[in-house]
Amino acid sequence: MPEIVFHQPGGRVATVETEAGVSVMRAAVQNAVEGIVGECGGQAMCATCHVLVHESVLDGLPPIGDDEEEMLDCTAAPRDPRRSRLGCQLIMGTDLPKVAVDVPETQL
Amino acid sequence: MSPKPSSEPGVVVIGAGQAGVHVADALREGGYHGAVTIVGDEPGVPYERPPLSKGFLVGTTAPESLRLRDPEHFMKRRIKLRIGVAARRVDTVGRTVALADGMRLGYDHLVLATGAAPRGLPIPGSDLTGVCCLRTVADARWLRERMRSARSVVIVGGGFIGMEIAATTRGRGPHTTVLEAADRPLERALSPTMARHLVEAHRRSGVDVRLGERVTGLVGERGHVTGVVGASGHTYPADLVVVAIGVSPRAELAEAAGVRVADGILVDGSLRTTVPEIFAVGDCARHPNVHAGAMVRIESVQNATDQARHVADTILGTVDEPYARLPWFWSHQGELRLQIAGLRGPDEYDVVLGAPESGRFSVCGYRDGRLVAVETLNRPADHQAARRLLQAGVSPDPALLSDHAFDLKDFAKREVPSADRVPRPLPTREEHS
Ligand SMILES: Cc1cc2nc3c(=O)[nH]c(=O)nc-3n(C[C@H](O)[C@H](O)[C@H](O)COP(=O)(O)OP(=O)(O)OC[C@H]3O[C@@H](n4cnc5c(N)ncnc54)[C@H](O)[C@@H]3O)c2cc1C
Ligand code: FES
Repeated sequence: MPEIVFHQPGGRVATVETEAGVSVMRAAVQNAVEGIVGECGGQAMCATCHVLVHESVLDGLPPIGDDEEEMLDCTAAPRDPRRSRLGCQLIMGTDLPKVAVDVPETQL
Repeated sequence: MSPKPSSEPGVVVIGAGQAGVHVADALREGGYHGAVTIVGDEPGVPYERPPLSKGFLVGTTAPESLRLRDPEHFMKRRIKLRIGVAARRVDTVGRTVALADGMRLGYDHLVLATGAAPRGLPIPGSDLTGVCCLRTVADARWLRERMRSARSVVIVGGGFIGMEIAATTRGRGPHTTVLEAADRPLERALSPTMARHLVEAHRRSGVDVRLGERVTGLVGERGHVTGVVGASGHTYPADLVVVAIGVSPRAELAEAAGVRVADGILVDGSLRTTVPEIFAVGDCARHPNVHAGAMVRIESVQNATDQARHVADTILGTVDEPYARLPWFWSHQGELRLQIAGLRGPDEYDVVLGAPESGRFSVCGYRDGRLVAVETLNRPADHQAARRLLQAGVSPDPALLSDHAFDLKDFAKREVPSADRVPRPLPTREEHS
């Protein structure tokens, strides 16, 4: 099963296993991982699912889409030029079996 | 003798929708240790509604991904979920809620998150088979099934939900007509420029949008709808009719309990009703909105979730200030990705950024010289910038906007650097379950 590791700003770590085809945002929201809101339900419309992906897994990520690019450009917590992504656009599965992310200080 | 309350008092939330689920979660995230119970009359795991008129109808959103939370989530967080049972009566003196199954729950705080129900057409024929509305997942399942075989779909009402449904039928067989009574759809919610653009885009993709056409009757054969009659005298053939003319707040329970109600449950700046231990949030609540400068009822996910967090914080005692989050909204109508930040009033002065012909533009609405609302079509960066500016109360001079080189995003970054904003810190306390 794909696995996502969430690192909270305070240092706490939560590991979530999920079905293939589920996004990082949905896995977080459905498993009560704090700090990921996912208000628009994954439409790349709210940017409340902002995560900072760990350097070691950056290469395995899908490219940033146009809407994602624009939404990321004005996130609540400052964007990291390399690591910032929308959690709803990262779909777990064979292409992305494992990912580790930092949850930013704020989404709102 | 009435039965004793069956749970220790704590917080009882009525309504297991977007707002209700968020209240419970925000309480736990804020470290609330008392009992938390959500009562919901719909069957099944709580779910979100926006995909029902979009991806769910075309089959790109699977039923499981509608869920707001995993079923186990509620157990893990010690949130009692009483699903498939309605709250029938609130006793504000004894502080209890009576449920349809005879159970009685005591509360210290009660949160009403009862949502809204679609308005029906008060005209002959609205009880014919083939006439429906869309609010619940059950409605959506039925509609999706019917849309597969329908030949002519008539959508009554050119609001967001009506237009979204129209967009899902595009290129999939049925002939689709939208009948809107007003001369322009979403008269109060949308600028004339944006409304006109959306109508034209829908028409270009084959939807027959009729403005100024009030529906006066529905006709049928052997109990099944066959057509919709307009005030113009024209009859539009239809074997499927979706009524999408807006919703009414579900305030009966509150009203019967003596809570003040006027097109919604009335609340103050803390989202408290006229009974101090009772709050109301989401679609059912009419609240004083600082951005509108008026009492309003807002039907959006943002409003439901932000109000839910605010009430949780009020109960936790971690917030004193009145609710003041900036309203924002989105609506996907096929390729048209509309986002709105702020609230429009009746007399806005609009400045357009970008070229509408390109299908990517923004409408900045000014009231008394101040920016109050920004609508963006396929321009998410402007939307994000607008949210930042409006929440901070920073307004670009309208004259600046007419400069071709003006960029709302750059302006927002310059004028409201993220460090200057007052972000609500994420909860840091550990929840023990
Ligand atoms: C088809 C559709 C598409 C939408 N699209 C968008 C969109 O794109 N963007 C957006 O921002 N918003 C959208 N919305 C609006 C958004 O879904 C609502 O604003 C939001 O669901 C409001 O949440 P709520 O919790 O206040 O109400 P609801 O989600 O309606 O939840 C209220 C719940 O309380 C239950 N209830 C009522 N009375 C009782 C009782 N006495 N006892 C027990 N339970 C009770 C109801 O059955 C319901 O389950 C859409 C809505 C619909 C219907
Ligand atoms: S959930 Fe809204 S942008 Fe990802």
